[in-house]
This record gives sequence, structure tokens and C-alpha cells, in this order.
Amino acid sequence: MIQLQNVNKTYDDGFEALKDINLEFQEEKINVLIGPSGCGKTTTMKLLNRLTDHTSGEILMNGKNIKEIDPIELRRQMGYVIQNIGLFPHMTIYDNVAAVPKLLKWDKKTIKQKVDALLNMVNLDPEIYRTRYPSELSGGQQQRIGVIRALAAEPDTILMDEPFSALDPISREQLQDELVHLQQEINKTIVFVTHDMDEAIKIADQIILMEDGNIVQKGTPNELVTNPVNDFVKDFIGTKRLKNNQSMPQLSSIKKAFPSITKSKPVEDAIKIMVEKQISYLPVVEEDNKYKGIINLYDALSHKDGYVHEITNTTSNAVNINSDAAEATRIISGSGAAFLPLLSDTQEYLGVVDNQALLKSFEGFFADRGGEI
Amino acid sequence: MNFLTELGTYVVENQSELLSMTWTHILMVIYGIALALLVGVPLGILAAKFEKIAPFILSSTNILQLIPSLAMLAILMLYFGLGFQTMVIGLFFYSLLPIVRNTYVGIKEVDKSVTEAGKGIGMTPGQLLRKIEVPLSLPFLMAGLRVGSVIAVAVACIGPYIGAGGLGDEIISGISLQSEIKIYAGAIPATLIAIIADAVLGRFEAKTKARMAP
Repeated sequence: MIQLQNVNKTYDDGFEALKDINLEFQEEKINVLIGPSGCGKTTTMKLLNRLTDHTSGEILMNGKNIKEIDPIELRRQMGYVIQNIGLFPHMTIYDNVAAVPKLLKWDKKTIKQKVDALLNMVNLDPEIYRTRYPSELSGGQQQRIGVIRALAAEPDTILMDEPFSALDPISREQLQDELVHLQQEINKTIVFVTHDMDEAIKIADQIILMEDGNIVQKGTPNELVTNPVNDFVKDFIGTKRLKNNQSMPQLSSIKKAFPSITKSKPVEDAIKIMVEKQISYLPVVEEDNKYKGIINLYDALSHKDGYVHEITNTTSNAVNINSDAAEATRIISGSGAAFLPLLSDTQEYLGVVDNQALLKSFEGFFADRGGEI
Repeated sequence: MNFLTELGTYVVENQSELLSMTWTHILMVIYGIALALLVGVPLGILAAKFEKIAPFILSSTNILQLIPSLAMLAILMLYFGLGFQTMVIGLFFYSLLPIVRNTYVGIKEVDKSVTEAGKGIGMTPGQLLRKIEVPLSLPFLMAGLRVGSVIAVAVACIGPYIGAGGLGDEIISGISLQSEIKIYAGAIPATLIAIIADAVLGRFEAKTKARMAP
């Protein structure tokens, strides 16, 4: 478990890179540090393996202050994947992957088994790739090696500094998928730095969004998108992504006022309203405006002398005002009705939503999303 | 044609003497270069690791290179006397600059992401130097060695002035005797040594480079 308590980092030139950071990385999860350049995300990560030392505060690893751990030992216990891949160009793939186990003086047989297993894990045939040099591999393959090099000594924690940002979009997507897939097998505590929100949302269990050396918000991708704490977070997530996540149009926004009739009234009155408004259906309510059912013009015409409640169809559908347009559409298309009565939570009649209004609401909704349907 | 046969006959007649001169020449160069490597590589590494002393190291080796070779040898003679070892010291000074500078540049040129990766996976500074920085700066060092060797072969030709022997003996006696044949008999092997050194070290350089192409 890695905890940061009141951590500050001030550089020699007085620049405050981190201001009073309190943070706990979730164990066996992918923790993504994200933010614009200069926000302190990379600094935060480099504090963990002491490539940079913090100025004040405490960083605890499994309860132990990391300043009391020898940095060399500390780094060997953590995997490290860097942005520009950083494979050793003069060493074969085997020697690259075996670098940390060799530093730890594992015996040769164990190292070989480990390297082969790791190569297989990222779908690179050991027989072919073991003896190759990094320059003979594609960028995506090289970074796969970079990732398994970090896994070789079986560390609990892996630090990844924008590992996929130098790759082409297709390789990047592939490696992201592979990482998520891999993580299901290996369950490491991963600290992943990126500036790419799509990447963060795709892979993160916890996103830590930073700005100017402060943590602005942390939470699951869903929490950030559905509940951004301020405009900075909103901007960083991007309006488009927020809209994509926006729920369907609410029925309350497309409600239409529509006449109704009390169930105790004579049918004559109902016919009068329907003729006047040129409609063939009329919702029926109780005296306290609770929804009762619906009558149609044909029943009414053949029952002129009766009362409304005698011909009310009480099995017809209605929909709660807090539902969204998708729900209403489903009911309407199932029933073949032209409109649905809208009810409050206490079953009071509020108006209707009709086909046309629904269609209009969808038109507006998809236009907001830039035409993506 | 006539001249070539004469030169041929001369070389055959004096082959043992010429061979021993060539050998002395080569030995002087090898000792000089070996010394320069022994001292120059650590100096280059020091300069690369400690930016503050880099200008001092680089400019002092640079000054050594700027002293005219005859003057340098004369000065060295004042302190070390006549003979082979003085020449070796002179050659050492002359090949120091390319070796120091290229080691320095080579280590500076190692891709930062590679050294960061090495550091990040937990290499000690010594391991980083041994396993990463020195191997990766090898192409540069080889280039320096090549330049240094060619310079040394040339400078070694003025060896006779300080009694060091080598192929210079033949050339200089050729000058004083005004014997074209003697001049060529010294100059051709000296040039060949330079060409061979250049070619062989050039191949090593290319080999070390090829593997490290990013």
C-alpha cells in the first residue's frame, strides 16, 4: 500500500511542483494520474521510486517511510515503464527483459523461464524474439517488451510514465486493451501517468486529476464524468465526453399540457372537449386529479348518455414524469398509442408526451452529440 | 618503371632493417594509444559525469593538441631525455584529445530515456556506467581511437629527432642523403600503417554502431 501524506515538492529554483498532496493508491488497481503538463503528475510518480525526492511530508510504502529504504532496493522492487520505451539498444530482448532479475542475481534457469513466460504473455514467440535487438522490433512490440521488463522481477507495484503516448493510435489502443487484460491476471498496483483522458477512462480504476501541484478530484472514471467538481474538471474531461454521458432527454422537458376529464362527468362533456380539441383520446382523472385511465372517442360516441367512468379503459399505459425519453419510447412503441399520459410520483395527472415531441427530443439530443448516433 | 625496380631491390635488400623500423613505429603508436586510452577514457567519463570540471579537462587536452608536434617533442626531451619512451609520451599526449572528447560526447549522447530506464529499474551508478553508458558510447570511443591512431602514426615519423627510431629514421636519412628511394621506403610503410589502422578501426566502429541504431 502506498500513501502520500502532506507531501510537498519544491525545486531548487523555488518552483512548487506539489502542494500538500494526500493520496492513497488503491492496491491491485490501476491508478491513473492525469492532468495538463506541469501539473505534477510525473513528479508524483517519480517520488515513489525516488528518482525525485520530496521536500516535506511522508510517503509510506506498506507503512514504511520510503526515505528509509535504499533507493536502489526500492527501484528493484518496483516495475518502471517509461515514455520513450527506454529499452537498452545494445542488449537483446532476452537481456532487456532479464535486466532486473540479473541485478537481483536470480539463477539463470529461473530467469530464462520467467522471460519466456513473459514473452508468451504478450504474444511474442520467445524462439523468435529472444535473440533480437530492440531496433528490429516495431514500436508497439518494443513497448510490450518495456512493459514485461517492468514485470520481470515480480514487483507489487508498477510505475508507468505515459507509456503509450509515443505509439501510433492503433498500437496504443491495442496496448491499452492488453494492459487491462493483463491486469486481470497479474493484479499489480499500477500507477499510470497520462495526459489522455480517453486512455484514463478506458483503463483506470481510480483517476487522480491534478492541476498546479494539487489534486483536483479523484474517483472512478464514472464518478469524474458524472460528477465533475468544478469547471476545470469539466474542461479537462471535455464537453463532448460529458454530453456522451448525458442521460436521455427527461420527459419533464417535453411535457405537453393536455385536457383531461374527471371520471364522474357525463360522457357528453368528454365528447365536447374531444371535438373542440380535435382529439380522439382523453385521459380520465379522479376528483383529486389522480390518473384513472383513458377514454376514446368511438366508445364515447356509442355511450353518449353514460358517465365517463363507465367507459374508461383503466389498463392503458402511463409513464412517470421522472422517466426519460427512452422509457417513454419503449412504452409507446409497445402499445401503439400516439401519446402517453405523464404522472407524478403520487400518480397525479400532469399532461402528456406524444410521438412528435419524443422524436423532436431525440433530434436535439443527437445534434448535441455532433451527429453521432 | 626503373624507379620501382630500384625501390623494390632496395626494400628487399634492407628488409630486416625496414621491418624492425616498422615494428618500432607500430609499437610506439600502440603504447601511446594504450596509455591515452587508459587515461583518456576515465577522464572523458569524469568530464561527462561532473559538468563543472568538463571545461577544464577538455580545454587542457585541447591545448596539448595545439602545441606543434616538433616543439612538444623537444620540450618532452628536456624532461625525459632522448629515446623511445619520450616518443610514447608525446604520442600519448597527441591522441589524448580525440579519446577524451569522444568518450565525453559518447556518454553525453546516450539517450536520456535509456539511462532513466536503467536508473529506474534499480541500477547503481556503477552498473549504469558499466552496463549502459560505456557500451553505448563505444561507437564514439572507436571513432576517437581511430582519429587518435592516425594522428599518432603521422607524429611518430618525427621520432628520429628525439632519438626514438621508427620509420622516420629512413625518411630523415633519405632527406639528408637526398635519396628518393630511402624517402619512399620509409613513407610508404608509414602510410600503409595509417591506412590499415584507419580501415580496421573504422570497421569496428561501424560494427558497434550498427547494433545500436535506434
